[in-house]
Parts: sequence; structure tokens; C-alpha cells
Amino acid sequence: MTFFLVSSVIKILVVFTALMVIIALLTLAERRICAWMQDRLGPNRVGPQGLLQPAADGLKNLVKEETLPAQADKVLFMLAPAISFIPALLTFAVIPFASPLPTPWGDVDMVVANLPVGFLYILAFGSLGVYGIVLAGWSSNNKYALLGGMRASAQMISYEIALGMSTVAVLLLAGNVTLTDVIAKQSGSLFTWNVFPLSLGFFIFLVASFAETNRLPFDLPEAESELIAGYHAEYSAMKFSMFYIAEYSNMVTASALMTSLFFGGWDVPLTSWDSTPPWTLLKTAVTFGSFALKTGFFLFFFIWVRWTLPRFRYDQLMALGWKVMLPLALTYLTVIASAIWFLHDRLGWTYDARFALTLFGLNVLLAVSLLFWLDRGHIVAGSVAEEGGRA
Amino acid sequence: MTIGVKVMKRPGAEASYVLATLKGMALTFSHLWRPKVTMQYPEEKSSKEWALSPRWRGTHRMLTDEQGRAKCVACGLCPQICPANCIKLVPGEDEQGNRYPLIYEIDEFRCVFCGYCQEVCPEEAIHVGVHYENSEYSRDRFVYDLERLCAQTHPVSSLWDPSDPKGE
Repeated sequence: MTFFLVSSVIKILVVFTALMVIIALLTLAERRICAWMQDRLGPNRVGPQGLLQPAADGLKNLVKEETLPAQADKVLFMLAPAISFIPALLTFAVIPFASPLPTPWGDVDMVVANLPVGFLYILAFGSLGVYGIVLAGWSSNNKYALLGGMRASAQMISYEIALGMSTVAVLLLAGNVTLTDVIAKQSGSLFTWNVFPLSLGFFIFLVASFAETNRLPFDLPEAESELIAGYHAEYSAMKFSMFYIAEYSNMVTASALMTSLFFGGWDVPLTSWDSTPPWTLLKTAVTFGSFALKTGFFLFFFIWVRWTLPRFRYDQLMALGWKVMLPLALTYLTVIASAIWFLHDRLGWTYDARFALTLFGLNVLLAVSLLFWLDRGHIVAGSVAEEGGRA
Repeated sequence: MTIGVKVMKRPGAEASYVLATLKGMALTFSHLWRPKVTMQYPEEKSSKEWALSPRWRGTHRMLTDEQGRAKCVACGLCPQICPANCIKLVPGEDEQGNRYPLIYEIDEFRCVFCGYCQEVCPEEAIHVGVHYENSEYSRDRFVYDLERLCAQTHPVSSLWDPSDPKGE
């Protein structure tokens, strides 16, 4: 009991600190990668390669003036940043980030809380984040902020369905909602990584998580050009900073989730050395490196997409969510569930590379047909009529 | 249709957005390694692509003769021609009848940097300079007096290219 308490407290402190540092560096990474993509250099003055820029920004935000709109709902206005900030950080608690660490007192799971309902916990807290945004938008007593908040709630609700649906397939394969078990199930070979048997599901999850994290091309709640800064238009100093931190920690969690659910979590591909006991310090370090690499790639991917794609129009966003993503996720779930039932119950296959590759073949068939059909003006309705038609 | 406007063929309903997205991502990714156009300003003030023009008209400089005195003879042409009325000149005369400025001040905040003072000066005394780093801690430091104008060392503007005075 003491061991559990002590190890948990240490894990909480270490993970929280590491997460905050990563988020800080992520703000810098975003600005520098954006600059490179635009043939600029980006902030490189504070510290070597600008590495201390986040510290300078943080300091600035701490000493800046806090503004409080006169007509704002004071309590909710103060509370909203915390409400969006805390769930964003909490979700990371159930994500396993390395193989267990051996200590003289027993093995320590490299996850802050190895919840049996880990995945449901993530969905629950993921949807709590929208409260912060909606409350911020409403309590500011500003029409732009309110519009941002309304957009955020509509968007999050629409895409949460597709997000949930796409992950049901993962849970069907794993037969469990504990993230450690989901990862253990994927560590058999490279092809048992869920991205192969469930590639379309991964695609849906990817798009939906962009919408859930309010990142471009789905950043309609902020939409500088239309809503100034949307829900956080009235915020300044540290309260504004907290929305920022919330956005980036949502990004980290979404990336870690993609890694865990679809890319084998901390599993090192092509070897089973890392995922079998006895656990050693080296294994923990290597698997953590693997996890960090995968998560880092998705973080880069988030930034990459943001500086490539323009923002959706609001009706396009809604059409994509309800007319494409939801039916797609539902159909996909039906097909995959039938396929799993057929392979597992009828043919009696166990879950291995053969099983996964068969499903992968099915995914490729589905993807080719779907993309050929969907990619012709159905995914996103163009803003102009057909050539020769009325605009 | 307006003359000279190029009308792009718009994608209709049959456009492929997935393909276009992938193309765009490949493009932004390739830009990550392209040469950057940023100039690291305080360290790097000119590059092959960009340098300050010799015709740049910046803060003034008063040239001096061999004895270190200002070349100005206080003729009064520069305050006369100055469109911004930023030059204050009080002429003085010594025992030999040589005129010299008792007070010569230029308010750099009023100045519009037209360069007329340099053009009109018969003694080639007052010049606008090739210089642009002028920050000060207080507003009154921007009224340059004679001593300060003489102490400037930056190169002076040629206003036009001497080999091509009409800009042809």
C-alpha cells in the first residue's frame, strides 16, 4: 500500500512536470516549424535555438495585466480556464508510456493510473473539456466569444460520436477497455498494430481527434479571421495561457492516444524482447523512447497539417461530421465487427499477424472504394458549382 | 470581363480533396528544408540580396573642415527651403566677417527626410545620412544640435547616382 502510494505520487509529479515541459516546448516547436514551412527562421533569440522562448512567454503571461470584462459572469469567467485546463491534463493519467520499471520493491507500471476502465475514462474526460470552452464563451458576455463557444460545443458533440465509433473497433479487437491490455494485444508483431487491421478506423479517429482538439482545419471555435479569437477573446495573461496549455495538452493526449490505440503504444516493432518479462531498466528506457518517437511524430503531424490546410466553413464542418464521418464510422464498425466475428468465431483464428493482415486487406478494399466514391465532391462540398453551372 | 485578368479554372464538384491535401502536405514538408529568407538583423545588416540604398535619406550629418569647424556659413538656405520647418539657425559673424552658425539645430521628429537641405547647401555642409538606427531614451534627444551633427560619422547620402543624375 505504501509502495503504491509513494510510487503513484512520484509518477504524478514526474508525468505532470514532463507534460508541462513538453507543452512549453511544443509551443516553440509549433512556431519554429511553421516558420520553416514559410521559409522563415522563427523565434531563435532566447537561449540556444530559442529553447528558452517558452520560459520568456510564460514569464510575460505571469506579469501581464489580468482583464475582467465588466459585464462578465465573474465566477464562471474565472473558472472556465481551469475547467478546460484540468481535464486536458487529467486524460494523460491512464496512458501507459513504457514497459514496467523494476524496483527493489516490485515492478512499477509506467502509467499514472492503470484504470480497468481506462479508455472510457479518456472519453469521459475528453468530452469534459468542451465545458471550459463553452463556459468561457458564454461568461465573457461577448458575442464573438459566445459564437466561438457555441461552435465548439456543436463541433465537439458532432465529432465525438465518430471518435467513439472508430475506437469501438479497437476495443472489439482487444476485447478490453484497459489501455495496457490494448497495447499488450498489439505487441505480437508489427502487423498486429491496430493501424493495419483497422486502418480506416485510424483515419476516422485521426480526423475526429483534429476536430476534438480544435486544431486546424477544425479550429472554428477560435477562427481568428471571423471571431477574433473566439471563446478566449476576452481573456488575458495567465488565464489565456491556460487555454493555450489546455489546447496543447489535448494535442499531446490525442497523439499519445493514437500511439496507444493504433500504433502499439510503447511496443518496439519487429521484436518481442521489449514486451516480455523480466523487465529491466533498459527495456523501460527503450520502450519509452519508442513511445516518445511515435507520439512526437503525431505531434509533428498536428503542426504539419495546421500549417498546410485552410479552415473549413461551418456548414462544411457540420456536413463532414454528420453526413460523412458518422455514417462512415457506423458502417465501418458493422463491417469490421462482422469480419471479426467471421474470422474469430466461424474460422476459429486466434489474433495474430494472419488475422490482422486479413483485416488489413478488407480495409484496403473498403478504403479504395470509399475514397473513390467519397473523394469526388462528397467529403467536402466545394464552394462553387460545377463548371458551367450557376455559382 | 476586365482586361488582363486571368480567370482560373475552378474545380467543380468533381475535385479530389484528399489528393489536393496530400499534395499540399508534400509541399509544406519540402519547404522545411528550403533556404530561409530571414536576415538575422542586428548581426547581419546586408546580404547579397539586400543592402541599404546609397540614396537612403536618414538622420543628418554636418561635415567639418580641416580645423574641425562646421562647414556651415549660416547662409540660411536650408531653413528657408525646409518644408517641415525643422531647422533652427541663428547666424553669427566673427572679427574677419566670416559667418558661422551660433545655433544650428535639427528636430529629427519634425524632419520629413526630403533631402532638400543637402541639395540646397552651397557649402556641402549639411547632409542626410545613410543611417537608420536612431533610438533614444527621451524625446528631447531627437533635437540634434550642431555639436552632435558634426560628431556623426556615418556615410552621407548621395541623393542620386552621380553617374546617372537624372535617374535614367
